[in-house]
Amino acid sequence: MEPIKDLIKRLADRYGRERSSLLPILQGVVEQEKYLSEYSMTEIARELNLPAADVFGTATFYSFLENEKMGRYIIRLCKTITCSMKGENQILLTIQDLLKIKVGETTPDGNFSLLQTNCLGFCHKAPAMLINKEVYNELTPEKVREILTSYINSNGGGKENVNNTSS
Amino acid sequence: MVEEKKMSTTHLLKRADFIFKSDNDWKDVLKKSLSRKANELINELISSELKGRGGAGFPTGLKWKITSEIDSDEKYVICNADEGEPGTFKDREILSRVPFKVLTAIAVCGHVTKAKKGFIYLRGEYFFLKEGLEKAILEFETFCKTIGFDFSISIFMGSGAYICGEETALFESMEGKRGEPRNKPPFPSSCGYLNKPTVINNVETLAHTYTIFKYGAKRFYDLGVQFSRGTKLFSVSGDTPKPGIYELELGMSLADFVEEFGDDDTKAVQVGGASGFLVPRKRFAETTIGFQGKLVGISLPTGGSMMLFNSSRSMFNVLDNYLNFFAEESCGQCTPCRVGCQQLLRGIKAVKRGEKNAGYLDKLLKLAETMTYTAKCGLGQSVANSFSSIVENFREEMIY
Ligand SMILES: Cc1cc2nc3c(=O)[nH]c(=O)nc-3n(C[C@H](O)[C@H](O)[C@H](O)COP(=O)(O)O)c2cc1C
Ligand code: SF4
Ligand code: FES
Repeated sequence: MEPIKDLIKRLADRYGRERSSLLPILQGVVEQEKYLSEYSMTEIARELNLPAADVFGTATFYSFLENEKMGRYIIRLCKTITCSMKGENQILLTIQDLLKIKVGETTPDGNFSLLQTNCLGFCHKAPAMLINKEVYNELTPEKVREILTSYINSNGGGKENVNNTSS
Repeated sequence: MVEEKKMSTTHLLKRADFIFKSDNDWKDVLKKSLSRKANELINELISSELKGRGGAGFPTGLKWKITSEIDSDEKYVICNADEGEPGTFKDREILSRVPFKVLTAIAVCGHVTKAKKGFIYLRGEYFFLKEGLEKAILEFETFCKTIGFDFSISIFMGSGAYICGEETALFESMEGKRGEPRNKPPFPSSCGYLNKPTVINNVETLAHTYTIFKYGAKRFYDLGVQFSRGTKLFSVSGDTPKPGIYELELGMSLADFVEEFGDDDTKAVQVGGASGFLVPRKRFAETTIGFQGKLVGISLPTGGSMMLFNSSRSMFNVLDNYLNFFAEESCGQCTPCRVGCQQLLRGIKAVKRGEKNAGYLDKLLKLAETMTYTAKCGLGQSVANSFSSIVENFREEMIY
């Protein structure tokens, strides 16, 4: 992994050092690190010549810009109305049971974090979830077990998209 | 008002197929449109009576006209692809199936307003669309160069905040700030992204302008009903045997809609997502889907979200889910909304648990109404839509 300082510099070279470059830079750091540490935010502030408070203020506003250390795979299960009507709770229980973590927690090996989120725009194929940037929908307990198992088996060594039905 | 009501007729549910018709003629549509004067194109949009499909229903031709008339060396065109309203999923489908329609429309808007730069603000949840869109943009920009039209388009990714779909919050977000809505006026037409004149349109609105530029205003105007011209994409979900995306003419009655999409047990339909209205069965027949007159029992199709609920559903759970959504997605900037959402949520739970008596619901209804007048932006102002329509129509389900 690229050292954070170099990463931030590279992102700033690419997106620019104006305030309007801040979100793409924050997103770029989260893409690699999975969260924004105080150190990252302070570094970004320095690189863009912004008050650290402004960077913290923006960073803490957005739900996809995590401020705590997250697992390599972040599961975001939709809990909005249609998903909740179509068995989201069963899916949640299945994930919790399989990974032995609750909402907001990360597995001890640092591989998975479990979060809930609002409508993903797949209500016609509810229930739906994101794992990092991949969408999985029309979930059933069996299907979600299969998906997670393949993530566990791949053990980070390459293929992340299994059974992706994002359309 | 009476006049208007009399004139707006309802019609039967009619399917249409404009939006998803292939976009492979985009080069012709683009060249033809760029060869026309700004005024002609604006008049075409105005006579089509196209209204924004992102929620507020503002006339699109007028929006482009205002920005075109402002003198500024820097202007922007922004396509709002933040699509976060619960139950809405049609903009994603447009961007993945006919992206060139949207790109063409953004560029034609640039031609009309003399903007040189366009953006697509894409919600973070739709990251998987980014790569395909970037490829389309590259092809599009290359073609623009070959015909000597100076225009570029970039994608700006959101990061999981529903409020950033509100246009001024979206600008703040693009400017690297918290997505907190601004006071209006000034409006985006004169003071938008980086405080420059900005046209911001919903993905679907832009796709409709493509249809209008291709076939002429009349083709569009002839569809739909008075005040609600043309077609609209509807995102249908919930208790329905055929969830999905459907293009329908505006102006159908909700009864016909339910006849087509219901499961023979539909007890209520939420029109317009969490920020829209709940319509109970007894009002299906008198409710028309269109833009005119909420007050005469006609509903507004915010993003075209249509959620059906059958008799197995608890409307308390539905309202509880919506209020949780609002409480989480409120930007927290103004007190009526920040505190109001929490109070409404706590309030209905207390009534349900029997800690407060049923009369407390009336206090909550007043609070919701107050939010309509005092909240700073459309989020807080629209909480009362679903709150009041659910509590008033399903009061007993709130209590027992
Ligand atoms: C809380 C809130 C969320 C909104 N979300 C969206 C959205 O996701 N997409 C959208 O096009 N418009 C959204 N809008 C409406 C926009 O502010 C704006 O009116 C619209 O993009 C204008 O485009 P149109 O004239 O083509 O409809 C939202 C408004 C509010 C108040
Ligand atoms: S109404 Fe709600 S979302 Fe809108 S500005 Fe106020 S707190 Fe923010
Ligand atoms: S409610 Fe879950 S995807 Fe829309």
